[in-house]
Amino acid sequence: MEVFLQQLINGLFIGSVYGLFAVGYTLVFGVLDILNLAHPAVFTLGGLVALWLVEGAHLSIWAAFPLAVLFAGLLGILLDRIAFAPLRHRADSYFSGLISSIAMAIIFESAALGIFGARTVRFPAGTVSMHIWRFSGVTVTSLQVEIVLVAVLLMVALTSFLHRTRIGKAIRAVAESERTARLLGIHVDAVIAWTFFISSALGGAAGILFGLYFDSLSPDMGRSIELKGLAVIVLGGMGSIPGAILGGVAFGLSEVMTVAITGTSNLRDAVAFTVLFLILLVRPSGLLGRGRIREA
Amino acid sequence: MDFFTHFLAVYGSLINFIGINALLALSLYVTLSAGQLSLGNAAFAGIGAYSAGVLTMHYNAPFVVSIITGALLAGIVALAIGLPVLRLRGVFLAIATLGFGEVVRIAAVNLDITGGAQGLVGIPNKTTTWMIFLALAAASYFIARMRTSRIGWSFESIREDETAAAVTGINTTYYKTLSFTIGAIIAGLTGALYAHLNYIITPGEFGFSAAVNLLIYNIVGGTQYWVGPLLGATLLTSLPEVLRGIGVTAGPIRMCVNGVILLLVILYLPNGLVSLFGRAGARKTKVRADSPSGEV
Amino acid sequence: MMLLQIDRITRNFGGVCALESVSFPVERGTIHGLIGPNGAGKTTLINVLSGLIKPDSGSILLDGAPIHHLPPHRIAALGVARTFQNIRLFPAMNCLENVVAGQHLVAGRPLFPRLLNLPSARREEQAYREQAMACLERVGIARRAQVLARSLSYGERRRLEIARALAMRPRLLLLDEPVAGMRRRGLEQVGDLLVSLINENMTILLIEHNMSFVMRVCSTITVLNFGSTLTTGTPEEIGQHPQVIEAYLGGAGCHA
Repeated sequence: MEVFLQQLINGLFIGSVYGLFAVGYTLVFGVLDILNLAHPAVFTLGGLVALWLVEGAHLSIWAAFPLAVLFAGLLGILLDRIAFAPLRHRADSYFSGLISSIAMAIIFESAALGIFGARTVRFPAGTVSMHIWRFSGVTVTSLQVEIVLVAVLLMVALTSFLHRTRIGKAIRAVAESERTARLLGIHVDAVIAWTFFISSALGGAAGILFGLYFDSLSPDMGRSIELKGLAVIVLGGMGSIPGAILGGVAFGLSEVMTVAITGTSNLRDAVAFTVLFLILLVRPSGLLGRGRIREA
Repeated sequence: MDFFTHFLAVYGSLINFIGINALLALSLYVTLSAGQLSLGNAAFAGIGAYSAGVLTMHYNAPFVVSIITGALLAGIVALAIGLPVLRLRGVFLAIATLGFGEVVRIAAVNLDITGGAQGLVGIPNKTTTWMIFLALAAASYFIARMRTSRIGWSFESIREDETAAAVTGINTTYYKTLSFTIGAIIAGLTGALYAHLNYIITPGEFGFSAAVNLLIYNIVGGTQYWVGPLLGATLLTSLPEVLRGIGVTAGPIRMCVNGVILLLVILYLPNGLVSLFGRAGARKTKVRADSPSGEV
Repeated sequence: MMLLQIDRITRNFGGVCALESVSFPVERGTIHGLIGPNGAGKTTLINVLSGLIKPDSGSILLDGAPIHHLPPHRIAALGVARTFQNIRLFPAMNCLENVVAGQHLVAGRPLFPRLLNLPSARREEQAYREQAMACLERVGIARRAQVLARSLSYGERRRLEIARALAMRPRLLLLDEPVAGMRRRGLEQVGDLLVSLINENMTILLIEHNMSFVMRVCSTITVLNFGSTLTTGTPEEIGQHPQVIEAYLGGAGCHA
């Protein structure tokens, strides 16, 4: 029972990081109908830049975190300017956008390789103070709690941003119908830039939390989460933010449970992708999605 | 003759890789030509490679039997998953096939018979350069000629507008599955050949990166004409060698160049390099001047 | 026997009833008009007839055989061709190729002779292309044969779609707003074309908003309103039907 509870908690923690990452993916898809495959690269760069700020510039993690997140957001704007905006008018923009995001992912990843090297690195010891709480046979670290709190905070901030602020509402309008939004006088290009900023900022944040949680960062850390992120947003419903959060947690739980039940981590990913497969076949719109399975 | 043998000695391996990559790119081309964005061909190559390798190594099967079995097995798997998966459109199909690819890779890592993460080691070297290019020539000829057949016209109609194709009497399910399966068979055949090329195959070679690379070869070369994937594969496979030759040895820079090429192509030359040669491969759609309708 | 018997076709989308117990016959060798205000369900009915949508209940009989449960390609194989309100051409192909693509049901084009590039295959191909050109001529755009579909003018694209439908050698042609946006000469040409097709034993079911065109070429007209059949009759009867006039708010029904 205690093992189960422990796994539940672990699943929730890693699930919240997955959810944070997936929210970025699904935000862009919801607004632009484009799958931004450069998102994992921004995830990676966010983590690596935070590490550099802590190690090289000797900032505390509390200062490095928002700076790195800001940097990731700016990367997102750059991404939009270079790879997505020029293609917006094209009829097949969802496909060409996908391709150009692949191109940018390669470029970003090569930058990460070139600047930070291929080694796996970690945040220096003492970056985060570590308290450990034990109760009912379950172990929880302060790091885990902080990660969840940050993730939750960001997602709450995002939700209120989307519902309370003018820009947030504009984003939701564009997600509904770009043409109508334009007719209503909404400056769609600016809205899209904001969307990328937020999406990439969240992706970068997820990267930093991921690096802290697993105590390791590398230029290809985006790979491990890339497909998982896709599975999460399909599970939760493409374009749905609550779906991404829900999907992330569900995914994290299923991963952890699979390891607990089978006793080995080998099948962990296989179960995840089999679930992805089944979802796509049975209910492609996912748990909370809007069911827009676009025509080829 | 001396130059030739010397050239082969130095560049033989590269030439083999070009041939293999061109075949794989061509296999994806068949599926893309029917408008299906499948990213599963690397996995099909893996299925072909592993089954052929296992047959040769553990069951002492003759080379030809292994190759053909590998190809057919890939085809059978394609039929099995194709029917449900091809109902998905666009990016969902891509994600589903990526998920499938991951499941295959994970299976290869975890099964004993495939040698686990270390891969299958000690496969006898039976593939020669001539075999690869013979297969390439045969496949290219077949695909080029298929274009003016009923199958070719059906593929293209589906690609242009699936709904319009359906009401024109085209059984879209049948033809989409056909394109998927033919692509898988060619990929499986190539994988089987590859397995007998370098003594060893590992699961990582047939994963996400490989799948995306095949797509990139097609995009860069051009997806409107069968020469496109060959062009893209040749260029991008030999590029690292060319760069190395002119002194660019850093891995990240070579990677960045790939990304930049893809970006430039999708932004400025969306129909690929092949489109530089005019409306390449335009069918001869002129009617003879002395025909009853008289018009040209 | 009627060529087409539409019997109590009903179709819901979510909470919206798009078609409610729609019933009417289409007589062989006639041009049958289908009119009604926007949103009345006309295009939905065509989608059901061509197999893109399955009805919730009701049946459709083509020459006595039920077709409402068949997939689109099977219905096409039974001789039913259609055009689309939003025009669905194959954009990267030129006019001739679009029509050739439409020959799927009538052109064998087996793979084997083509693999070997046999003379029989080449002769066959030549014949098919001539037939395709004939379709283009029929609709009056033969001189644009080499032009890409995406580069055509609006009227030309509508005609190309008809040409592609004709390539299927159908016995029933479902046209969704074939003359929308056309002016007098185009209207005349298409009207003449449709009449000539009838003389060759084709049957046409036609959605249109252009009332004068409908009144001129159709021998029977069915009016749909809010998803149900209001009435079916001759142009004269329809023109004077009080509910029809009311449905159009005194608009189109009065134009000559």
